Amino acid sequence: MTTLGQVFVLGRRAFLRSIRQPGQLAFALVFPLFFIIVIASGLDRASALPGFPANSYLDFMLAIPFLHGALFTALNSAIELGRDIDTGFLNRLALTPARGIAIMLGNLAGGVLLALIQFCVYFAGGMLLGAGFEAGPLGVLVLFALGALGATAIGATAMTVALRTGSPEAVQGIFPLFFVLLFLSSMNIPRNLIETGWFRWIANVNPVSYQIEGLRSLVVDGWNGQALALGFGCALGVTALSLTVARTAFASRLTRT
Amino acid sequence: MSAIVAEALVREFKAVRAVEGIDLEVSDGEIYGFLGPNGAGKSTTVHILTTLLPPSGGRAVVGGFDVLHEGPKVLEVIGAALQEAALDPFLTGRDHVRLQASLHGLSRAERRARGDELLERVGLTEAADRKVRTYSGGMKRRLDLALALLHRPSILFLDEPTTGLDPQSRNALWVEVARLARDDGVTVFLTTQYLEEADVLADRVGIIDRGRIVAEGTTAALKAEIGTPTVQVTPANGDDRDAILRALHGHGEPVAGAPGAVAVRLDPQYDLTDVVRALDAENLRIEHLELDAPSLDDVFLAKTGHRLEGEGGGELEPEPVGA
Amino acid sequence: MISVASAVAGRILWKAFTNASFLLPALLFPVIFFVGFAGGLSRVDQLPGFDYGPGYETFQFAFVLLQSAAMGGVFTGFGIAQDFERGFARRLMIGAPRRGGILLGYAAATMTRWLFNISVVFVLGLLMGMQIVGNGIDLFGLLVLGLLVNLIGGFWAAGVALRLRSTQAGPIMQFPIFLLIFLAPVFVPLTLLTGWIHAVATVNPFTAFIEGARSLLAGTTENVGIAFGIAVPLAALFALWAYTGLRSAERG
Repeated sequence: MTTLGQVFVLGRRAFLRSIRQPGQLAFALVFPLFFIIVIASGLDRASALPGFPANSYLDFMLAIPFLHGALFTALNSAIELGRDIDTGFLNRLALTPARGIAIMLGNLAGGVLLALIQFCVYFAGGMLLGAGFEAGPLGVLVLFALGALGATAIGATAMTVALRTGSPEAVQGIFPLFFVLLFLSSMNIPRNLIETGWFRWIANVNPVSYQIEGLRSLVVDGWNGQALALGFGCALGVTALSLTVARTAFASRLTRT
Repeated sequence: MSAIVAEALVREFKAVRAVEGIDLEVSDGEIYGFLGPNGAGKSTTVHILTTLLPPSGGRAVVGGFDVLHEGPKVLEVIGAALQEAALDPFLTGRDHVRLQASLHGLSRAERRARGDELLERVGLTEAADRKVRTYSGGMKRRLDLALALLHRPSILFLDEPTTGLDPQSRNALWVEVARLARDDGVTVFLTTQYLEEADVLADRVGIIDRGRIVAEGTTAALKAEIGTPTVQVTPANGDDRDAILRALHGHGEPVAGAPGAVAVRLDPQYDLTDVVRALDAENLRIEHLELDAPSLDDVFLAKTGHRLEGEGGGELEPEPVGA
Repeated sequence: MISVASAVAGRILWKAFTNASFLLPALLFPVIFFVGFAGGLSRVDQLPGFDYGPGYETFQFAFVLLQSAAMGGVFTGFGIAQDFERGFARRLMIGAPRRGGILLGYAAATMTRWLFNISVVFVLGLLMGMQIVGNGIDLFGLLVLGLLVNLIGGFWAAGVALRLRSTQAGPIMQFPIFLLIFLAPVFVPLTLLTGWIHAVATVNPFTAFIEGARSLLAGTTENVGIAFGIAVPLAALFALWAYTGLRSAERG
């Protein structure tokens, strides 16, 4: 079987496993939507700030569930990988011709597929709530693609932790780290409107800011080449780096001869 | 032809040598029992032979392929059911079959046919479309076995396959393992800490303790090394003990026995019928007669100085006879 | 009863303070919220109609103080549920002559943990330039209000945990509290909320708590009476909820 075929088979398994845990799925679907509804309503007045780039705070925040939901789903995939290691299921896979890269990518692929389904829900929810979307139908595809790349970047990073520790609890434990990165970014307010100097500095160097701004630009601006290039660039960079580290961690974890 | 060969196999983990120079050879179609207590190195040995762990030293050849340099080829000829059943609780039995069969490169038609065949063989057809988390321990083990056999391996590794199973499930697994070796010619490498399992199933047994093989051979030969069976006779009348001793004179040597009993270790060429006839000829009323054959635990004790079955170290103190 | 309570509280606190995986989550989220909201959204205080004297850091500190109090209580509920799943709760119930002491112990542990967490956030707030206008009495009142909210969250979660006796009840414990916390004037005063969220926040008891806390930090008495007027009966009500939950757990 080709590597791609193995990725498909293992991705299918990862996907099935996730959708058969409705509690987890419901949380990943509902919480990001809830968060955006509450935050957007609570901060609606902030759209009156001079220089605020969007017509409404909802438009400004619409991109956030794409990253938020991707975070939950990607982390869950990595937690399941940790569980596979903990329970010995990884050894089961190691006793088949499945290649290491296929095991890793299959795990990621299952999470990304689930994330794409979530994106449909977030987008539909946003439209129902009255959000605008400047980039048109093609922009939706780009939005989903960038969101999927974000899920891959997070998933690859979390997978590294799973492979290094072999513990689902350890992966759960890094959720606050991602949460911090999400908060110390331009998630709630544009970078140029952040007053606090050190906060603005962190937001400037935080790759999550660029990911968010890339997604946001499709909602608010339409086609903003620079924002999209930075968003895709950061996500691709983090993905490449994480996968490289994950590959090394995988080789240490599975010392298959 | 040897299905499995290990030469001076060593595996170290930081300061611990889990496997210390193991030599073994398993013939085609043989059921080889690898018997030892917890922590003896059984699972580590299995992990090395199944390519999951590289050896720190020595060499192993499985199915004609070197485990270190020809790992993927080894995987083609082996199946393994490891110590943890390692199943995904959210997948059904059939999902597991489909996943594993796909990874082994079986075509869709083959997957279906082979999957149905194996699920039926292990008695899981009805449960095949239920999620594994609803399965009992025995069902999980049976599924694990079915998955190990999907790609028709010629060598099967079973790492403590019946741990935690009820007697019925255990027996069912034994029947299937014996059938695999007998009818399908599969070589079985079975690790266990259960003496009875090794006794019932294995053609030959290797006893491992602290990373080394301390004894190897057929169970009969190993037990015979330790000694012949002991017959213990408890008379209905305590005064008849001397008469029993006289009757059994010539059949073996008196040894210490249970309180009130006369124990004789039988000669190697003993015939139990003669022993019974000898007792009958003396017109003695016997309350209890017992034949104690050496067990593999006795073999283990003789070789290592401690028991396999957790009775603690040291030799048992014998009861003096004829006092 | 006191000895039971001390034993229960001692165990929880020992576990919490010697184990990072227990200590950090309850501490980290208030820190993240405070830094993220106070640091990132400080320009919001320039909106017309936003007139909170002490500044946006203090404005957010009030929210974080109460958020950590409420959610800290919920974490205790998780602990109780876990104890039941692992069989430890049964051991406690068999061993404790006065079982009310078990609840007291959980409550004491909850409050102690929260006091530690909020002290850390308080120091962080001061480092970030937070201005406290209220005096010692105001701050004491703030602490009492926080403890009451902590008890409300803790007793709510304990009642759920004692009834359901499973960590699967986590979302039931957590989600209502989370809803209440965020359907309140978190980012701007109540007067600057519009639409449906203004209507919801108006009737949300958490709004009274936040506004009371903000008043205390600003050294005023506005909203303080209503905050305590709601917090005290709610704490008593949820204490009863938890107590009847304990009775339910005893029945098995």
